[in-house]
Amino acid sequence: MSGALLDVQDVEISFDGIKVLDRLSLQLQPGELRFLIGPNGAGKTTLLDVVSGKTRPHSGAVMFDGHNALRLAPNRLARLGMGRKFQTPAVFPSLTVWENLEAAGSFRDRGLDLLLPARGRIVDRLLEVLEITGLGLQAQERAGVLSHGQQQWLEIGMLLMHSPKLLLLDEPVAGLTRAERDRTSALLHAIRGSATATGCAILIVEHDMAFVRQFEATVTVLHQGRVLVEGPMATVQADERVIEVYLGRIETGGTAEAA
Amino acid sequence: MIVRQTQSRYAAQRIGGAALAVLALVILLLVLPNALSPFRLNLVGKYLCYALVALGLDLAWGYAGLLSLGQSVYFGLGAYAFGMYLKMESAHGTLPDFMGWSGLDALPGYWRPFNDPVFALAAAVLVPAGLAALFGYLMSRSRVSGVYFSIITQALAFIATTLFIGQQPFTGGTNGLTNFGTIFGQPLKEAAVQTQLFRVTVVALALCLAVALWLARSRFGRLLVAMRDDEQRLRFSGYNPTLLKAAVFGISGGMAGLAGALFAPQVGIVNPDSLGIILGIQMVIWVAVGGRGTLIGALLGAVAVNATQSAVSESFPDLWQYAIGALFVASVLIFPGGLVGALRSLPALGRKFAPPRPKPAQREHPGGTDPAPAELVQV
Repeated sequence: MSGALLDVQDVEISFDGIKVLDRLSLQLQPGELRFLIGPNGAGKTTLLDVVSGKTRPHSGAVMFDGHNALRLAPNRLARLGMGRKFQTPAVFPSLTVWENLEAAGSFRDRGLDLLLPARGRIVDRLLEVLEITGLGLQAQERAGVLSHGQQQWLEIGMLLMHSPKLLLLDEPVAGLTRAERDRTSALLHAIRGSATATGCAILIVEHDMAFVRQFEATVTVLHQGRVLVEGPMATVQADERVIEVYLGRIETGGTAEAA
Repeated sequence: MIVRQTQSRYAAQRIGGAALAVLALVILLLVLPNALSPFRLNLVGKYLCYALVALGLDLAWGYAGLLSLGQSVYFGLGAYAFGMYLKMESAHGTLPDFMGWSGLDALPGYWRPFNDPVFALAAAVLVPAGLAALFGYLMSRSRVSGVYFSIITQALAFIATTLFIGQQPFTGGTNGLTNFGTIFGQPLKEAAVQTQLFRVTVVALALCLAVALWLARSRFGRLLVAMRDDEQRLRFSGYNPTLLKAAVFGISGGMAGLAGALFAPQVGIVNPDSLGIILGIQMVIWVAVGGRGTLIGALLGAVAVNATQSAVSESFPDLWQYAIGALFVASVLIFPGGLVGALRSLPALGRKFAPPRPKPAQREHPGGTDPAPAELVQV
């Protein structure tokens, strides 16, 4: 589809003879919020790996913002405005929160520029990101001593330093308390609020249905490396096939946590 | 570990650091040359050359996490490059003696430019720097890291030693380059010349320390630490770790090369030992004992270990290797932060033995700063 920010076409990849992604296609429009759900082994994280340049598919095409993403290394894709958050929070534990954000935001500076203090543009953005992530009080703390939730927010903040066009978030609320989950939800809403203007699209892999329901968004259900259903949460939840492979087991278990 | 202080403490520390640096410079440049015998001064000059190597090694290892067991290669190359100049100058336009003994009757073409001390000095810095940068680049591009990286650096030291011993007509073989007579037309053995060499070494070390501190405290230095912490995160943040590794390894190789160039005229001989595996491991010990990731620690470690080594080997020639080994084991087991780490923990130790003060009531952390137990939301 032309005009799509991210266009995944017929991507196929297998590990040890097992098809992890099976001719999978997916489009994401600029500014769109999309959830990716599916049982374990459905290929959700692998799809993020393919899109962000970590894993190369055996066949298929991935276009990101007019660039052939399959020809670009992860650092090039990041520079083009694709931010990837990993499942376990990946921050730089020896650096302070401030230094983490500064390191993430200095990516346009090359060579000798890096020997000078960060310019005002980076510092301005840094202060904005501290504000939106609510990590202002922790700015001078080392990232390694932050709580799990704070590290998740910091990693999202590091992505925001790039003013990205697309955020790929892999289970941003896994292992968080209810209060922390609510804060992450508020953070994502805030990013959406400021993002619609800049057109930042977000693709979120998530298991927690209660969390997904807090957003007005299209949900794509993956199953065995294929797109099973795509649509609003209400439609997806009512779909017979989805109930069979995925949600059904949750409903019988009562809550998502019980499954 | 890189400890961050609040702004005011940082400023106070900076003033204190500057005062200490000036004091150290005055002692080294003015007091020591008059207070020490030429023999002792020469020894200290050697230690300072080693300290310069340790400084570069700490940038690569302590900050970027690249443990090089073969830093001696870059040191040795620098020593040979400047040794070639000393040899040419001492030969006064004739063929260097060892070439004649090995049956060579004409000077190899690549030896000729080393008649120029400026060229030799530039080569002593740029050849090791370029080689180290290329090595760092290739290793990173092949995704060789961690212990495998270290093993290959050690293999490099072995290769270099073997190569220089084997190419006797061009390198002097096992003997290396010897019989240096003059430097810039001055007799090398003269005390005044050696004092000048010592002062040059002090200035070079001070300048390199300033550069290294600047690098380490800049965003470049923090990117090196970030790369050590999580290379993948750095790559997905838009950086190419390969370029960072090539840059820091090149800088550390260049410092080792410069140290080698300063070492050669002060010791008066360059042989394959200065490229070797044993020296390469000793260099790592200096940094570990001093405290890695602190730069100052690397300097202190190199000087302290070598001074201890000299003292012990003068009294107990057979024992010094055990002493160095014991020192290394002790520094790993008892002072993992090295000398600098131990000094930093002194105030804490003082508090431990001071009479206990009434403790303010422990504050509970509402909401818990501990990671919440992973909730099973998976299906």
